[in-house]
Amino acid sequence: MRGPDYYNARMCPTKSDLEALTASARGRRGALIQVLQDIQDRFHWLPPEALEHVAGALGIPLVQVYGVATFYRSFSLTPRGRHVCTVCLGTACHVRGGGAVLDEFERRLGVAAGGTTPDGAYTLERVNCLGACALAPLAVVDGRYHGQMTQAKVGTVLAAITKDEAA
Amino acid sequence: MTTYRAHLLVCAGTGCVSCGAFEVRRTLEEEVRRRGLDREVLVVATGCNGFCERGPILLVQPDGVFYQRLEPADIPRLVEEHLVKGRPVRSLMYVPPREREPVPLMKDIEFFKHQRLIVLSNRGRIDPERIDDYIATDGYAAAAKALGEMTPEAIVAEVSAAGLRGRGGAGFPTGRKWDAARKAAGEPRYVVCNGDEGDPGAFMDRSVLEADPHAVIEGMIIGARAIGAARGFLYIRHEYPLAIARVGLALDQARRYGLLGRNILGTGFDFDLEVVRGAGAFVSGEETALLASIEGGRAYPRQRPPYPAERGLWGKPTVINNVETWANVPHIVRRGADWFAGLGTATSKGTKIFSLVGKIANTGLVEVPMGITLREIVYGIGGGVPGGRDFKAVQIGGPSGGCIPKSMLDLAVDYESLKAAGSMMGSGGMIVMDEDTCMVDIALYFLRFAEEESCGKCSPCRVGTGEMARLLAKITAGEGAAGDLARLEDLAATVKQGSLCGLGQTSPNPILTTLRYFRDEYEAHVFDKRCPALVCKALIAFAIDPEKCVGCLLCRKACPTGAISGELKKVHTIDQGACIKCGICQSVCPAKVGAIGKTPAVVGSAGPPTASPGDNRPKPSGEGR
Repeated sequence: MRGPDYYNARMCPTKSDLEALTASARGRRGALIQVLQDIQDRFHWLPPEALEHVAGALGIPLVQVYGVATFYRSFSLTPRGRHVCTVCLGTACHVRGGGAVLDEFERRLGVAAGGTTPDGAYTLERVNCLGACALAPLAVVDGRYHGQMTQAKVGTVLAAITKDEAA
Repeated sequence: MTTYRAHLLVCAGTGCVSCGAFEVRRTLEEEVRRRGLDREVLVVATGCNGFCERGPILLVQPDGVFYQRLEPADIPRLVEEHLVKGRPVRSLMYVPPREREPVPLMKDIEFFKHQRLIVLSNRGRIDPERIDDYIATDGYAAAAKALGEMTPEAIVAEVSAAGLRGRGGAGFPTGRKWDAARKAAGEPRYVVCNGDEGDPGAFMDRSVLEADPHAVIEGMIIGARAIGAARGFLYIRHEYPLAIARVGLALDQARRYGLLGRNILGTGFDFDLEVVRGAGAFVSGEETALLASIEGGRAYPRQRPPYPAERGLWGKPTVINNVETWANVPHIVRRGADWFAGLGTATSKGTKIFSLVGKIANTGLVEVPMGITLREIVYGIGGGVPGGRDFKAVQIGGPSGGCIPKSMLDLAVDYESLKAAGSMMGSGGMIVMDEDTCMVDIALYFLRFAEEESCGKCSPCRVGTGEMARLLAKITAGEGAAGDLARLEDLAATVKQGSLCGLGQTSPNPILTTLRYFRDEYEAHVFDKRCPALVCKALIAFAIDPEKCVGCLLCRKACPTGAISGELKKVHTIDQGACIKCGICQSVCPAKVGAIGKTPAVVGSAGPPTASPGDNRPKPSGEGR
C-alpha cells in the first residue's frame, strides 16, 4: 500500500476489485473515462495501482491514463477524508460572500481548498457552481446542503460533525 | 383510469430538494393517506418549478394555489385546511417584497406572470419520471410527425425557417448546422447533446433535463432523422446526478415504448441514445473538446474548421446542440416554423431561459421572449435588488460574458444587442450585482476561473489568463501602478485574438466590459488605493461603531486572532494591527445591533481607519444573501 498515514484497507481496491471494474472495458480505449469514474465512485480516489491496472487492461500507456486522471476535476489522486466539505464559489455564491465562507473553513480546518486534514477526517473542496443559486452562499457537508451560509455558521456545522464522531 | 379531485405538485428540482422537498413530499403522502384522502388526492413530484428562492414549493391543482417555503411541520395543517375544509392557508402563501397581502394563485405572482413558457411549459406540471405524463401533453407527437410525414429535407427546412439559434452561447443558426451535417460525406453520423453546463450561475440545462427529459430526447430523435444518424450521446456534467438519473430512466422508458431502438414507431428508422457522464472540466463545454471527451481522452479543443458538422465524433459528421436548443425542436416541428418565428425579434426568435441569481429578490429560472428588456427581467420578474440596496450591474454569459451597467437596463435581450454591449447570450446566467459588489473583484473572479479552467493547449490562453489575473490581483491588493490598465487592455486584445477556442477568446470579456462601464472603480483602486464597494480586503478595515455597540462580547469571542478587546456592556474596539479582516465579527454581530462595518483602510498602515463606520452602512449579520 502506498499513501498517507490515514490510508487504510477500505480505500484500497484489491486485484479482484480492479478486475471486476475493468472487465467490460478490456481492450476498449474509449472506455477510459468511464472506468476511472467507476473506480472513483467506489473508492473516492484513484490509487496508483488502479491506474496501472487500468492501463494494462485497456491497452493504454500509463502516461495517458495519468494525463486523463489529472485533467478532469472529478478524479482525485489522493484519498479523501471521512467527511467532505464542499464550498460553492459560483458567481452567485461569490457575490453573496462565499469567499469568506471558504476562508473560514480553511482557517478552522487548517487546510487549503483541495486538501485533506492530516488525520484524514476532513477534505475541503471548492466547486465552481452547484446550480442551487437560490441557496447562495452554499456549502455541502457530507452531502447535506447548508444554504445561506455565514462565517459564523461554519463553526456550528463543523461542531455538529465533531459531536457525531465522538458519539 | 383513476381520476383525482386534486393534484399536489411538489417541486423536486435540485433547489427545492436541497432545502427539504423530499421530506415535504413524504409528509404530504403520509398525511393524505392518514386522512383517507389517497383515492381523491394525488401527490406528484415534478421537475423544477423555477421559483427556487421560495422552495420547497407546492402547487395545488386545479385550484392553482401556490404554497412556498414549506416545512414538514406545516403539512398537517395544510392538508386539514385546504383539502379537508376547502380553506387555502394564507400564511403559507407567497407575499411579494414590500407588501403584506399574500398572492394565492401562481398565475397572479409577478415572477410567473411575465414569463412565456415553451421549453419549460411542462415544468411543475408533469412527473418527469413518467413518460405517460409527457405523452399526455402532446409529447412525441412531433417525433411521430417528423418520422412519419416529413422528409429529412423538410425537417431541416422547418428548423431553418423557424430561425432557431443555438442556446448554448454563440447563437449559430441550428438549421444551417443540420443542413451542413446532412450534406457532409461520411458514415455513420451522430447527434450529441451538450449538457456540460459549466457557466457558474447557470442551471437551466440541468433544470430542463430534470423537469422534462423526454423533450430533449424527442428533439434528438427528430435531429437524428434529419441528418441520418443512428446513434447519439447526451453528455451531462457529473455535478448533476439527478439529471443523469432522470435522463437514464427516460431513455429506458422511451425504449420500452418503441421510441428509441430499432424501427421507431414502425417507420423503419433506427436510432438510440446513451448518456455520457462528464468528468469535470469547464472546457468540455466547447464542442470540439466535448467530442474529444466522449472519445475517452482529455477534453482538448481543436482548430475549427472543419466544424463537427463535417468532421465530428470519430471524424464523422456530427450535430452537437445544447440542451435547451434540442428541447425547442419538438415545439417547432409540432406547431410550425411560422408560430416560432412569430416570437422574439427580427434576428433572435423564440424564447430564452435565464437563471436570475445573485443580489435579486426572486432568485430562479425564467423563460422570456427574446427582445424583452433587462429592466423587465430584473425588476418585473426578479423583484429588484433586496435589502434596500441599489442595482449596479448584471453579469450575463458567464466567464465569456460581461457586466452590463444600470444605464443600459433598457437594453433588449437578444444575441446582437448583448454582443454590441460587450457581453454575450452565453448559456443564460444572469447574475445581479448591487453597490456592495466590486467590479474589479468580479473581473478577477472570472479571470481566476478562466486561468484555472484553461486546458493549457494554446499559450495565449494558458499564459494570458494567468497574467491578466495577476495584474487584477495586484490592483485589488492596492499595488496597481499607472500603466496597469493599459497593459490589461493590451493583454486582453492579444488573448482575444490569439486563443484557439472560445474559452480563451472570450476570457477577457469580463475585464473589457468592466473597464468600459466601471473604469472609475479601477482608477479608484489604482490611484486612490480605495475599493468603493468595500470588498477588496487589502483596501478595507473593520471598525466598531461606538454609538451602536452594546458590548455583548459576541465578536470578541468569535475573533480568531484576539484582535477585539472590550468588556461586557462596554464598547468594544478592534486592534487593526492584529486584525486579519476575516469579517467574522461582522457576521456574528446581531442584526438589530449592526455595530460592525467596513471602512476604507489606509494602505500601508495598520493605523485606525480614516472614516467613521457610521458612514459605511454596517451590514447586519446574515445578510449578503
